[in-house]
Amino acid sequence: MTTLFFTEHANGVLNDQSLKAISGAKEFGNDLHILIAGSNIDEAVAEASKIEGVSKVIHLNSNEFDNILAEKLAAAMFDLSGEYSYFAAAATTTGKNVMPRLSAKLDVSQISEIIGVESPDTFVRTIYAGNAIATVQSSDEKKVLTIRPTAFQSCKITENACEISIIDPQNIPAISEFVGEELTKSDRPELTSAKTIISGGRGMQNGENFELLDKVAAKLNAAVGASRAAVDAGFVPNDYQVGQTGKVVAPELYIAVGISGAIQHLAGMKDSKIIVAINKDEEAPIFDVADYGLVADLFQVLPELEGAL
Amino acid sequence: MKILVPVKRVIDPYVNIRVKSDETGVETDNVKMSMNPFCEIAVEEAIRLKEANKAEEIIAISIGNQQCQETIRTALAMGADRGIHVLTDDVLEPLALAKILAKVYEEENPGLVIMGKQAIDGDNNQTGQMFAALTDLSQGTFASKIEIDGEQAVVTREIDGGLQTIKINLPAVITTDLRLNEPRYASLPNIMKAKKKTIDQKSPSDYGVDVAPRLKVLKVVEPPKRQAGVKVETVSELVEKLKNEAGVI
Repeated sequence: MTTLFFTEHANGVLNDQSLKAISGAKEFGNDLHILIAGSNIDEAVAEASKIEGVSKVIHLNSNEFDNILAEKLAAAMFDLSGEYSYFAAAATTTGKNVMPRLSAKLDVSQISEIIGVESPDTFVRTIYAGNAIATVQSSDEKKVLTIRPTAFQSCKITENACEISIIDPQNIPAISEFVGEELTKSDRPELTSAKTIISGGRGMQNGENFELLDKVAAKLNAAVGASRAAVDAGFVPNDYQVGQTGKVVAPELYIAVGISGAIQHLAGMKDSKIIVAINKDEEAPIFDVADYGLVADLFQVLPELEGAL
Repeated sequence: MKILVPVKRVIDPYVNIRVKSDETGVETDNVKMSMNPFCEIAVEEAIRLKEANKAEEIIAISIGNQQCQETIRTALAMGADRGIHVLTDDVLEPLALAKILAKVYEEENPGLVIMGKQAIDGDNNQTGQMFAALTDLSQGTFASKIEIDGEQAVVTREIDGGLQTIKINLPAVITTDLRLNEPRYASLPNIMKAKKKTIDQKSPSDYGVDVAPRLKVLKVVEPPKRQAGVKVETVSELVEKLKNEAGVI
């Protein structure tokens, strides 16, 4: 049996969430083919061909895929589906957009955001925002899955390239079009790939005060995140959000500042290796999951922390 | 144009989840239930489009047990015009829900379908995309802004690195993200009025689609608990521990 894994890329580099999810896909125990899409992406295609354990790269070589739209990619993947038993992608916003569309076309019940593989037909995933963990067995002949990247280690890139097959897909539906993209510019690492994250909550009081976090983040080369409360209050944009309805992260070090620790938020960060909580309310539930807790006023602590690093 | 808004009844987002001791699932008896928060945003957006004269009628649909009537009533009290309740005591998978919705779509011919991007119980994030696939409609998922522009909709989407804007042909399926709007509360007069609005009762067999489960839940367990660690007294003690004890800075 063979798995077709859709890999994302940007600026000639493979997406690191995809690279992590590929390690999850390997656990299905099948031959592994990588699907990569876009025009003028030779560098990314070459890198994909060197992923350890991959036997073939399928390159959908068309500018129709320079920006991924679900209608187009799901149609192209469906056209390729005959020879594959498993279809997978990282549970990124792109993976989540495309894979269920493919799954329905194949008449398959998708299994979303798996965090473990028990056997070729049995998978582990979180439900209720990580408050429960379900083990699910699929009776569908074909399987469609998205894989939570933080649950797996990045796969290795080797020196040996595998076969590359170039396809120019036809009859791509034209019911949607890409207009533009506005990516948040930051000197800091991406939230989902950062080794260290410092997040602020409602305790930050306003958006300007997030500068205090930025300064500490600069010292730690950390990404800056936020709780949903801080996003809802308009302090920072939604792409800062860590939690059930935002991003799920698992860095080496997570520093929660002025965050009470609502279930919503814990769901997005409780797999971090080390958690630090800074909050002046010693009863805040965030302290129940923190390895190190500091009960203090964040407006005193942050400048002091910046100075001490 | 008509707008179809599927809504789901879920455990209230502010309730602490308890896993059943026999590992078969999550306790739902005597637990407060609410409309899925993303579905509330979908209902609100439909109402705003109607208020802006972009839509004439809003139909709220829910698929599930008898109590889902209450969830439909909530949508009607917010401002939806009529309801459809597909009664079943089975918990259907997103694919089965999408199949029923596709049949309802054929009957009702809405110009737009707005629904939540995911339900906060199963966290599947599938039904909208699957429904779009089965009806061959375009999809604008994780929307934070919707503009109807003639035969098309311009949708701003929340993506990993920021925002993406796409243009999709109508009719279309749009799934809502958090920042799209802030749902209103139903006023008392509107709650009273909603009691007079009609809800059509249906069953999955009326639609002649295969809703048999494909997935079997073998067990549901609690996640491993994290132990609370130690309290430190000062910033310098914290930095020292992070350096020498945890080795993370």
